[in-house]
Amino acid sequence: MTSSRKSTLLHLGVLALLVVLFFVLPPYHAGNLSRIMVLAIYAMGYNLLFGYTGLLSLGHAMFFAAGMYGFGLTLNLGGWPVPLAFVAGVVCAGALALVIGLLALRTAGVAFMIVTLMFAQTGYLVVLYFGTYTRGDEGFVIQQAQRMLGGFDLTSETGRYVTALILFAICFLGLARLVQTPFGRTLVAIRENEERTRMLGYDAGSHKLRALIISGAVSGVAGAAYALLFGYVGATFATVQYSIFPLLWVLLGGAGTTIGPLIGVFFMFYLIDTSSTYTNAYMLIAGVVLVLLTVFAPQGLAGELRKRVFKWLP
Amino acid sequence: MEFGPHLMLASLEGAVIAAILSLTAMGLSIVFGVMRVVNVAHGEFFMLGAVLAWYVTSALGGHPALGFVAALLIVPVLVAAIAATADRLILKRINYDADRTIVGTIGILYIIQQTTLMTFGPDARPVEAPFNTRLSLPWFEFGENGFAMFWPWGLSTTSYKLFVIAAAVVILLGLWMVITRTKIGLVMRATQQDSEMAQAFGVPVGTVYSLVFGLGAGLAALGAVLVVPIQQAHYLMGHDPLLLSFIVVIIGGLGSLPGTIVAAILIGMSDGIISVFFSPTIAKIIATLLVAMVLVFRPQGLLGKTAP
Repeated sequence: MTSSRKSTLLHLGVLALLVVLFFVLPPYHAGNLSRIMVLAIYAMGYNLLFGYTGLLSLGHAMFFAAGMYGFGLTLNLGGWPVPLAFVAGVVCAGALALVIGLLALRTAGVAFMIVTLMFAQTGYLVVLYFGTYTRGDEGFVIQQAQRMLGGFDLTSETGRYVTALILFAICFLGLARLVQTPFGRTLVAIRENEERTRMLGYDAGSHKLRALIISGAVSGVAGAAYALLFGYVGATFATVQYSIFPLLWVLLGGAGTTIGPLIGVFFMFYLIDTSSTYTNAYMLIAGVVLVLLTVFAPQGLAGELRKRVFKWLP
Repeated sequence: MEFGPHLMLASLEGAVIAAILSLTAMGLSIVFGVMRVVNVAHGEFFMLGAVLAWYVTSALGGHPALGFVAALLIVPVLVAAIAATADRLILKRINYDADRTIVGTIGILYIIQQTTLMTFGPDARPVEAPFNTRLSLPWFEFGENGFAMFWPWGLSTTSYKLFVIAAAVVILLGLWMVITRTKIGLVMRATQQDSEMAQAFGVPVGTVYSLVFGLGAGLAALGAVLVVPIQQAHYLMGHDPLLLSFIVVIIGGLGSLPGTIVAAILIGMSDGIISVFFSPTIAKIIATLLVAMVLVFRPQGLLGKTAP
């Protein structure tokens, strides 16, 4: 079997597994899994920029929050129908990524991290400042009646799981395809050696900008989906912590691999879920995992697997 | 109060903020200058300084001055030792790679913060100032009886706040002496200019790195011990100093120590003055946006000369 056949089978296999798990798992874990899938979309968006293009952003929470508020505010205050509000959320995140990209991509390395961090902090403060509409830290709840899609109840366990799975499948297959295209290959080339890519005649700047826009828009999909499926919009999702999370997930699962983000979110979710029954300082686990990863396994779980066992892993 | 006395009060508050900030930011700036790494856990070393100061003062008891002096002597050394250990255990192993150091120090940030939450708890706890006399300040005005001096109601400061400003100046002068006049300073500067060449001349670069990382954390802790009688110790208090120190170091020019001091005074004073007169949220929004813009259009900082 060629590697591309193997990787197609792997992707379809992961999706099939997720379908089967819904029927097998008890409701509590199925509920967790729909949350994991939505967060995995966020991680995949982050992975495109960090794992494939090699740009470490510390401000992705602003795109997640843009999707979330773009959806939540147009739905709640504007009274838009769900599909339109969802699109509005994604467009908000993509447009924000365009603006941030035009500014932040003028810098590189450490400066890029700090600039994105600063912009995200500004975004968080802006959410707090417009507290009359956003309700600030407290956030607002999207009523059950508003979360219907053509008679399909998105608040039920089944509705939630199916929607999360469909959105996850679209992003999962779409991004897996994208990184195989010449565009995706060029992004990897930029990650490996930007100077040389530019010498070969590729416009590195515009490739990075497009990668950032796609990455931001996918993060926006995750933000809007989170608000839609779990019915809560709050400023917590715009804090630095939510910029650190996707970095953590992608590093844990394996940066620059298609299945890494899902693996990373899955492990981190259950690690925190289990430890938070023992202590309220559950972020300690995140810190320890981050340190261990940077020191011992900079390529993450899927990365280490690829290095040792499955050389064909996409 | 009228505008004049009000402004004077705001400037005094700003000067206290600037004093603490210049110590904290100097720690971050030295670490960046010599080691070329960004220490995201810097704010947590600040927090650790404040929390340990509470432990030391409450363990000793007796007169508040006794505990305070003990904290001032013990705590920075303790925090420096913790930082140097973290440097040895983590940063050294990843070869001070810029990107991985950021991720690693984010990890250290959460470890320190959450360990404090588990041991110290989520409450804010005060440390008593060694002396805290209220001093009324005079204000001069040209009235109908000629030049007159009077004491407006509310225009006052405490002796402790003045002590903080003086202490910061003394500490920074001492630091400047160490860097420019001693052998340790010479070795630090050599490592900063060219670590490979320094190594070739027999400078133990690894030890210098640990020392510098410890010194940076110790300066943050020193600032925290000084501020803790004014502001209570809390496990999340490291967030604002980190952000402000970042801003100061960037505005002052990455790696430029005089630039750091100038920027700390500028930012600290304006932070104090702006937050007295304007809504703090809008002030923070403008400040963070400005810093991002400075980095985008002038990556070497306002006072920096060459790009890092």
